Amino acid sequence: MSATIDFIIDDKEIQGRPGQTILEAAQQNGIYIPRLCYREGLVPHGSCRICTVLVNGRPQSACTQPIAPGMIVENDTEKMNGLRRNIIDMLFVEGNHFCMFCEKSGNCELQALAYRLGITAPKYPYMFPKRDVDATHPDIFIDRNRCILCGRCVRASRDVDGKHIFEFVGRGPHKRVEVNAEANLADTDISMTDEAVEACPVGALLKKRVGYAVPIGQRLYDHKPIGSDIESGVAPASSR
Amino acid sequence: MSENLGAAVKEICRAHGHDRTRLMDIVRAVQEQFGCVSGEAMELIAKAVSVHRVEVDSVVSFYAFLSDRPKGKVVIRVCDDIINRMHGADRVAQAFADELGIEVGQTTPDGTITLEYTPCIGMCDQAPAALVNDVVVTDLHRTTARQIVQELRRHLDPRRLVRKLGDGNNAHELVQAMVVNNIRKPGPVIFSPVNRGEAIKKALAMSPVEVIRAVKTSRLRGRGGAGFPTGMKWEFTRGAPGTKRCVICNADEGEPGTFKDRVILTERPDRVFAGMTIAGYAIGADEGILYLRGEYAYLRAFLEDVLQKRRDENLLGNKICGKEDFNFDIRIQMGAGAYICGEETALISSCEGLRGDPKNRPPFPAQKGYLEHPTVVNNVETLGCVTKILEDGPATFNEYGSEGSSGTKLLSISGDCRSPGVFEVPFGITLNEVLRLAGAGDAYAVQVGGPSGQMVSRDEFGRSICYDDLATGGSLMVFGLDRNVLEIADAFLDFFIEESCGYCTPCRVGNVLLKERLGKILAGKGEPSDLKYLQELGETVKLMSRCGLGQTSANPILTTLKNFRSVYDALVKEATDGLQPSFDIHAAMSESEKITGRKSVHFLA
Ligand SMILES: Cc1cc2nc3c(=O)[nH]c(=O)nc-3n(C[C@H](O)[C@H](O)[C@H](O)COP(=O)(O)O)c2cc1C
Ligand code: SF4
Ligand code: FES
Repeated sequence: MSATIDFIIDDKEIQGRPGQTILEAAQQNGIYIPRLCYREGLVPHGSCRICTVLVNGRPQSACTQPIAPGMIVENDTEKMNGLRRNIIDMLFVEGNHFCMFCEKSGNCELQALAYRLGITAPKYPYMFPKRDVDATHPDIFIDRNRCILCGRCVRASRDVDGKHIFEFVGRGPHKRVEVNAEANLADTDISMTDEAVEACPVGALLKKRVGYAVPIGQRLYDHKPIGSDIESGVAPASSR
Repeated sequence: MSENLGAAVKEICRAHGHDRTRLMDIVRAVQEQFGCVSGEAMELIAKAVSVHRVEVDSVVSFYAFLSDRPKGKVVIRVCDDIINRMHGADRVAQAFADELGIEVGQTTPDGTITLEYTPCIGMCDQAPAALVNDVVVTDLHRTTARQIVQELRRHLDPRRLVRKLGDGNNAHELVQAMVVNNIRKPGPVIFSPVNRGEAIKKALAMSPVEVIRAVKTSRLRGRGGAGFPTGMKWEFTRGAPGTKRCVICNADEGEPGTFKDRVILTERPDRVFAGMTIAGYAIGADEGILYLRGEYAYLRAFLEDVLQKRRDENLLGNKICGKEDFNFDIRIQMGAGAYICGEETALISSCEGLRGDPKNRPPFPAQKGYLEHPTVVNNVETLGCVTKILEDGPATFNEYGSEGSSGTKLLSISGDCRSPGVFEVPFGITLNEVLRLAGAGDAYAVQVGGPSGQMVSRDEFGRSICYDDLATGGSLMVFGLDRNVLEIADAFLDFFIEESCGYCTPCRVGNVLLKERLGKILAGKGEPSDLKYLQELGETVKLMSRCGLGQTSANPILTTLKNFRSVYDALVKEATDGLQPSFDIHAAMSESEKITGRKSVHFLA
């Protein structure tokens, strides 16, 4: 096996290492592929489908698809971005997202992606589901209204914290994140320092008493769209 | 009760070697014994097999036949797929409900009987049908439904509901089912008589590589829907690195409208098990799994017995037919009500004791499948063909069928036709000919390949059934002139919404949105722009979904938009008053009217 693999993303020839996914190789070359369920350091999940690219004309999730010599990848095209907007719209209408008073506003990856892709309002009808809030724990709460089922907390708790506090239950539209206890987060051994708490891209898993601490103008995505750090070659702030 | 539960769970987990990969069997056993897998049971199971409680919950909550809340000692599941509904499933369910004094979805107050709907149980040729625990009851009408309840009230023993036994092995002492085979047209491959042991002995006289070559020469392709060349799949699996390999026979048969695998397993199980054994020899596997859908549990004891007979005859087990170094055995893995588990990677997850979530690919099952071992997954019928190929040689097999599609295909035909049932036809046959065989010459539309396939209109009945034209796993649902294709599409969407695993966004959310908009059109509130909306949304779901379910779940919309456009056009109209026809101001105001206690005043009443 050669030490590098040459392939093409959007007419640009780039090089990656064997074993890398399209998303990782692109990122190393300063190309941002939009993503949500992916988080550096966690096993790729392939569930949000935002990172879908065309590989030799076939749709594949960039976060799970390994690179191969000579592959032709279409990423930043009107077609793919249109499809991504549709997926983001789906996530917005599936839950109850109220950016204007959400603690995560400005630091939220879903919101930031919507802005980056030029979404102002979703084109699909809101579903207004009834979902629970679990505020039983003294320091951390879950607001399932904002959960996008990306599984980042599940993987972080299982693989990084070694606790397995979260898991998916139910299927189809009834799928939700449940905790490893009879009912309440308070009955688990989660702690403030768990990676799982950091891993949530939206405002579904939050620390108490620190909301709105960062003033508008200093939040993660107040000045530059999400992904700009990757495009300018700086290590992604969102992943640490 | 609690102590009882503790002891029982302990015993069940011990019987399964405290092996977490056998979680499906463990939770199924607990469900069977206690009518549910309660939170307490989850806790106990988790301890016994060293997993987290939430992982057990994750599995239990995934499968329709498992439940964390108590169900009745007897659960009646009325099949509500479109064919059953056409034959009056709703009336039958209502009769059950009336007689039980409950509604569908409820349990009688004394806790004995639960009534539910369930998607296709593989009995469309004898609809309406229902499952009463594991017992299948067919050809129901309102009177029989009432009688069933009255009888159950007396003895709560579903087995005693079966009075008249079906034909063939349905009457076997280990089956005892009222199910009938309805083999309308037996063909030369699957339904030819089996000479137990012949194919295996012929295979063992060759090298594994020669066996693979024979299967390749036969040009056999998968009968489960995707049509992948079988010999090539085996070759990949044989060549993949690994110390252990596995053969899985996919008997999940969940695509609504298909029931041919049920008939093969009833009448030619030896053909299927021989095919698995030959696959095992060819790829170097020692383990085989038959993944049997929960709905077919009534066949389990019979199939176990066939396996035992094969062991007794040294057609399974160690040194099969005296062949040194060839050890192979088969176990049956029961499913528990999940269509997605027919998808091969979801099926593997389920065999591993997990939720039936599909896996990310690569790696493909041929590289890393069941417990990371290189694995072949083949359909029941595919493996049945393998046996015939070894019996008669690939050349004979090649004589059947058409140029690009060798062999025969089993079709399950149901709906508006005189002779619903199973037909073994040569590939290349036209839809017209098939419809004539089934007594459906006057069909208006045919759903080829089940909900995930396509709705074909009369103009295209000249097309032929083969891999290059109308490819199908075998489900053909026939619809007469008085059927509304949009209502059918709507029913198919209901199915996909419930059966989506929910892992990926486009399938989990997109199907619900498709249904919303189709519902608006069906309610007479559609606008021309809604058709473009449906097309774009459907394409998004198809392109962006992670597995075959979501990649095909928009087909009911996309293929009716293409082939039955005029039906949509007749329903949508441009709003002339400048208002959105779907916006109902009365409904929108109703809540605030309730709060304020007075009617709101608005223009445009
Ligand atoms: C949602 C879904 C359900 C499926 N259900 C079945 C099934 O019930 N039986 C089957 O043989 N294949 C089913 N398949 C196809 C399998 O994934 C796989 O392709 C097949 O079992 C391979 O066997 P074959 O090559 O012999 O056809 C399904 C696929 C999808 C996407
Ligand atoms: S397409 Fe549907 S069934 Fe397949 S992984 Fe996605 S949600 Fe699950
Ligand atoms: S980031 Fe790849 S699927 Fe979510």
